[in-house]
Amino acid sequence: MITFSDVHKSFGANHVLRGVDLHVARGTSMVIIGGSGTGKSVTLKCVLGLVTPDRGTITVDGQSGSRDAFLSRFGMLFQGAALFDSLPVWQNVAFRLLRTHTKADARAIALDKLRRVGLKPEVADLYPSDLSGGMQKRVGLARAIAADPEIIFFDEPTTGLDPIMAGVINDLIREIVSEMGATTITITHDMTSVRTIADHVAMLHAGRIQWTGPIDQLDHSGDAHVDQFIHGRATGPIEAVR
Amino acid sequence: MTWVTSPLAALGALVLGLLAATGRVALFAASAVSHILRPPFYARAFLQQLVQIGWLSLPVVGLTALFTGGALALQIYAGGARFSAEEVVPSIVAIGMVRELGPVLGGLMVAARVASSIAAEIATMKVTEQIDALVTLSTQPMKYLTVPRILAATLAMPVLVGVGDAIGIMGGYLVGTTRLDFNPAAYLKNTTDFLEFWDVASGLVKGAVFGFIVALMGCYHGMTSGRGAEGVGAATKAAVVSASVLILAANYLLTEAFFAA
Ligand SMILES: Nc1ncnc2c1ncn2[C@@H]1O[C@H](COP(=O)(O)OP(=O)(O)OP(=O)(O)O)[C@@H](O)[C@H]1O
Ligand SMILES: [Mg+2]
Repeated sequence: MITFSDVHKSFGANHVLRGVDLHVARGTSMVIIGGSGTGKSVTLKCVLGLVTPDRGTITVDGQSGSRDAFLSRFGMLFQGAALFDSLPVWQNVAFRLLRTHTKADARAIALDKLRRVGLKPEVADLYPSDLSGGMQKRVGLARAIAADPEIIFFDEPTTGLDPIMAGVINDLIREIVSEMGATTITITHDMTSVRTIADHVAMLHAGRIQWTGPIDQLDHSGDAHVDQFIHGRATGPIEAVR
Repeated sequence: MTWVTSPLAALGALVLGLLAATGRVALFAASAVSHILRPPFYARAFLQQLVQIGWLSLPVVGLTALFTGGALALQIYAGGARFSAEEVVPSIVAIGMVRELGPVLGGLMVAARVASSIAAEIATMKVTEQIDALVTLSTQPMKYLTVPRILAATLAMPVLVGVGDAIGIMGGYLVGTTRLDFNPAAYLKNTTDFLEFWDVASGLVKGAVFGFIVALMGCYHGMTSGRGAEGVGAATKAAVVSASVLILAANYLLTEAFFAA
């Protein structure tokens, strides 16, 4: 459904993406892993048009244009949550819904989504700056899924969460894919998340997809980079100082 | 030869940079204006900005006008005394306030108060990816953030100028009647008799233009802000400086257009 072909992106002399090729099939969950600073977040932003690739194409449903139509059935959790700090929590979650629903309906849906990410109704009327980092992350997640989008990107959904809450979020993302048939791309460093969420895994390294395959192949990839990454070894083909 | 060419090259680069910046601002302004005319419209955001930019600027603009009107009366009295023309104080205070000082000082105070806060707010939103988040929620930042601010500032500023004019004239009246021995009734009669419709209207038109400039500069520098806290600071500073300079330049051009013989 989402296809990257030969995507390049540089910021000045920093060549972040150097030919990314990747295919994400409809209704599946792709997890992208890779070292910090390898361009995982930039890859997602290229799909949204927030960053324009220097070269290469990204197609959604076989089309490369019409970003508005694509965005109308899309949701995204940003790495830094990116909540609107001038709006209370529930209006953040219901931002898109407030256009199509009455205020009361939108609020009810927002409270339901907040509950699904493990937040009590009391937080609904607080402002984002009143919340802890992990709570902000979960509000961002609730906002991403609020309008039941078909395509969802999660940028590090479990960083900053305690292990139990991380488990809740992993299960939620899995459920969204399995039960609602959404197509998702998740970025994570957390191997438990990878194993819970992924149908397919892709590893980004040195600006390219180093390895990609189904989750059950991850432990037998035969790729030294992947092995080093999933076992968290300090030595191997990936240098520690990058 | 480099001692000849390098200053020239620097000058050229400066001129090119200035031209490019002017072009970018013009494109931004054109895009903002075109978005004003096309739906969706965010009425709530507009009303909020009207309160922020208009209502909450009243104290600053009012105090500025009050003290300026008072000082103007003292100065004109002292100047007028040199050729025994003290009686011009009421009419010159009124004309000076409504044509020049009301719009210009009001505009500069609003630039300091509003351009800075718009730029800082939007730049912070940019740095924390809130602008990106808006896009992913099918909301155009230009419509949701820029249009309400520009509309509110353009509509509120003439009202602020009108209020400032009245308060400035009152400042002159207070000083004139308490310190300069003017008869209250004669002062008021002198003020109204010599003030023409176009004196006031031209000042209000100036106000609308200055309001547009203030919001445009705040939004432009916020939207094009660099990364990090430093980017926010630089955007805020650039917004206030450019809005102030553009207000003074526009004021000259408008005065030339309205009143040049
Ligand atoms: N707007 C930008 N301007 C300049 N450089 C950028 C920009 N966005 C990202 N970069 C650079 O691109 C590189 C990749 O950034 P990116 O955020 O995609 O990393 P990442 O893989 O998501 O890392 P992490 O796991 O730490 O989040 C970094 O070197 C970063 O400095
Ligand atoms: Mg990232």
